[in-house]
Amino acid sequence: MDRRDFLLKGGKLIWLTGSAMVAWEAVLAGEPETAPNYKLTDHWWAMAIDIGLCIGCGSCVRACKEENGVIKEPFFFRTWVERYHVPHGDIERPEVDSPNGGYDGFPEKYPPQDGSKNFFVPKLCNQCAHSPCVQVCPVGATFESPDGVVLVDKEYCLGCRYCVQACPYGCRYIDPRSGTVDKCSLCYHRIRRGLTTACCEACPTGARRLGDLKDPNDPIHEFLRDRRVQVLKPQMATGAKVYYCDLDGSVR
Amino acid sequence: MRQSLKDREHLLRMLALLVAAIAVFLFVRSIAVPKDYGRFGPFRASALDDIAAMPVVFAGHSACEECHSDVVEARQGSKHTQIHCEICHGPAAAHAADPTASKPARPDGRELCLNCHVINVARPADFPQINPREHGDEGPCTACHPHHHPEP
Repeated sequence: MDRRDFLLKGGKLIWLTGSAMVAWEAVLAGEPETAPNYKLTDHWWAMAIDIGLCIGCGSCVRACKEENGVIKEPFFFRTWVERYHVPHGDIERPEVDSPNGGYDGFPEKYPPQDGSKNFFVPKLCNQCAHSPCVQVCPVGATFESPDGVVLVDKEYCLGCRYCVQACPYGCRYIDPRSGTVDKCSLCYHRIRRGLTTACCEACPTGARRLGDLKDPNDPIHEFLRDRRVQVLKPQMATGAKVYYCDLDGSVR
Repeated sequence: MRQSLKDREHLLRMLALLVAAIAVFLFVRSIAVPKDYGRFGPFRASALDDIAAMPVVFAGHSACEECHSDVVEARQGSKHTQIHCEICHGPAAAHAADPTASKPARPDGRELCLNCHVINVARPADFPQINPREHGDEGPCTACHPHHHPEP
């Protein structure tokens, strides 16, 4: 065998082994199944929150825990409500509290007409299009779905907590029952069935509304066009898709 | 020529090992990685269907309204028409699937109302709020405000 022969044969061996494996992988993968009524590429989910309508009743928090089997103890929330108390309009130093995430409502705490600004802010996963939590996941257990929802694959999650630290909005927690991460899925199991999220279904004032940015007839377009909207921490460039109207500068 | 190849026999052995290692790697990878991994991106595509298969707990107000048209009628003209049934009566998907299996809760006619309407400075100023110590006689709110149409 001369050098020419050797290179040819060796090259063929490497080439054929690789291509056979690639071909076999394609055989294993089979035909891609198609979802019957729901086309992933036809949707791009977002949420519109009107802070001026939130009354802090905690209905969304309770509904979310029921719907998604979130552990009932405090400190575990997929959505929660914060109360802001901004004395003398000093937006640099707001007092924020969220007793049990707002699950039991908010007992009156501040006196009326003391020159402060008071309001409620519902929080949930911002369903970022360029999500920091997805970028840090070492195993591909958290991902941005093709229809714009950040989801967690519980079978793949190692519970390494990297994403919990990466989320700038504090939207993730480790479920003590499974040791894996959990977060708002925008009620993915409901929106795939054509229902709205549990929190939107449970909101008595319509302060939170689910929207599909790819549906030209969705009222969210009117909301984004006619109202003054902002996302949380826009400086983080996360591509957040939870749009707040009436958002005060003190909200972090 | 033959002599020089013999000198490089150790290189050939290394090459054969390398090829074998690559083959083993690709083989193990094809077994260990789920077949749908990477279809939409660096994640398991069937996780989408796994998550979507979770059971629904809140049936949604349109499911309630299919049967309870009398309540829809009673609520006509009330400011509470936008308040969906399950906000007060609790999740009802089990009841919607089989109406005899479970009955949604009949909520307390005072606790439930105060949940939203007790005075709180953080609520929007134009939202109707009452001080329960000054308003009414500490009885159920529904005594004066009929539950499905509470406006006087």
